[in-house]
Amino acid sequence: MSDMRQLYQEVILDHNRKPRNFGSILGANRHADGHNPLCGDHIKLSMNVQGDKIEAIAFEGEGCAICKASASMMTGAVKGKSVQDAEIMVEEFRGMATGTLDTDKASNHLGKLKIFAGVKDLPSRVKCAILPWHTLHAALHSDNSVSTEGEADPVPGTAIGGQ
Amino acid sequence: MKIETMAVKEVSGDRINIDQIRADFPILGLRVSGKPLVYLDNAASSQMPQAVIDRIVRYQTQEHANIHRAVHYLSELATREFEAARIKVQHFLNAKESREIIFTRGTTEAINLVMHGYGRAFIGKGDEIILSGLEHHANIVPWQMLAQEKGAVLRVIPMNDAGELLIAEFEALFNERTKFLALSHVSNALGTINPVKQMVAYAHKHGVPVLLDGAQAAPHQALDMQDLDCDFYAFSGHKMCGPTGIGVLYGKAHLLEKMQPFMGGGDMILSVTFEKTTYNVIPSKFEAGTPPIMAAIALGTAIDYLNGIGLAKIEMYEQELLDYATGRVSAMPGVRIIGTARNKAAVLSFEIKGVHPHDVGTILNADGIAIRTGHHCAQPVMQRFHVPATARASFAFYNTKQEIDKLVDGIRKVQEMFS
Repeated sequence: MSDMRQLYQEVILDHNRKPRNFGSILGANRHADGHNPLCGDHIKLSMNVQGDKIEAIAFEGEGCAICKASASMMTGAVKGKSVQDAEIMVEEFRGMATGTLDTDKASNHLGKLKIFAGVKDLPSRVKCAILPWHTLHAALHSDNSVSTEGEADPVPGTAIGGQ
Repeated sequence: MKIETMAVKEVSGDRINIDQIRADFPILGLRVSGKPLVYLDNAASSQMPQAVIDRIVRYQTQEHANIHRAVHYLSELATREFEAARIKVQHFLNAKESREIIFTRGTTEAINLVMHGYGRAFIGKGDEIILSGLEHHANIVPWQMLAQEKGAVLRVIPMNDAGELLIAEFEALFNERTKFLALSHVSNALGTINPVKQMVAYAHKHGVPVLLDGAQAAPHQALDMQDLDCDFYAFSGHKMCGPTGIGVLYGKAHLLEKMQPFMGGGDMILSVTFEKTTYNVIPSKFEAGTPPIMAAIALGTAIDYLNGIGLAKIEMYEQELLDYATGRVSAMPGVRIIGTARNKAAVLSFEIKGVHPHDVGTILNADGIAIRTGHHCAQPVMQRFHVPATARASFAFYNTKQEIDKLVDGIRKVQEMFS
């Protein structure tokens, strides 16, 4: 990807500047922390799940534009959805970002989130886009802390370590 | 105009011939994202000149066999070239003897070797190890592992807002429990050049041995072990125009001799029975198994190449690049340089207000510009400056002011995109 405007579209830059659902939910009954230890991205997610429905969701944290916009748009996309539908979106988003799901061909529920499809050409940035979704998955399972490393690594071997 | 031209001519004898040097590095002709590569990630790994590439090909096509073993032609030739490389390293460091040079896989392994071989034998419960706040994880984690195993304590030298170590605080850390000082010569994240000669002398006044992590110093300035008087010095081949997989530990012979081996295996023994093994003499005691023969020989050629240009010239030219880059980047509104030590290597860590370093890196990459973004394996440094990560441009003697101009244009583009 040589034209950065394909990835850094106005929508992403706007969500980065003014993230939606930024903050925390008072009295939330689901929480999770997501870390990308290699780049310092950090997402704190809080949710209120009533019955099967995500009633409220908010995030806070530090991250790059891709990570923040992904988190911001994710919260908008899953608010009001059922837990099952949110889980399907987690899988679809993960597939799109890692290149296993072609969103132009296979049917999916990603809608506006397809704007992140470009990260599949930037292996070192895939984790930035996926981190909020990993964190959502963890929160839904009340597995309180996730990382994009180890078994959860969406793209093993693309670590940003070293000098 | 005229005066400027004359001034350049006057010093041309001391200057490097940049066009000729760039022609030595085939990779610098590469295009990335359709743009000429601007490689500014030299602190992570440097590029390789044709002379080193040719040496690797010659070794693999005409000289390769295992060393220190067979009596046949190739084995003897490979052994001779491998040992010749050791002597090149000895001279490069001005070490007293070639047996003080141990080949390792890199700086990290060299530091771990000292932790296991020296630390585990001579550092015990309640003993104190001094590190600096500038260290790379490779010079923190091994000592932390040792401290946990032995019940030893790590003490950390603080720094000021410029990224310079506080010498009075450093001196105040010493007491009768202090057993070791592990210190970077040059900071990889900030570029600070520490006053290591003075600090080594102070540690020695207290009878404390010193390891210097020279990974960021070795390719950028002349080194003299006898003058520095440090006890251990570690560096990597791939940061000084050599291949990956080869590094060096320099150690004073009398210390290496009393240390325990790091790994057991072939080459590091004199005799083996199931009852008892007698270890080989240094440096073989620390080189178990077949070493990276090709990489060691290629490192020797990289040293020849650097010497051919001259470390003093390299240092002077890189300082010029750093001054130019610092001037241009610090004049940009919304950009903060992190690490402003008075004595600094050609490393420029910076942050752009409102833009995460990873976005900076990705956008610059689209213009063929390679910089490093992240915590640079120095998370305590990031914590000290309250940033999650930085963008880092690091220069080598084959970079140019035109490339720095491209970096500045790229930063401006990032700012426009995020404005």
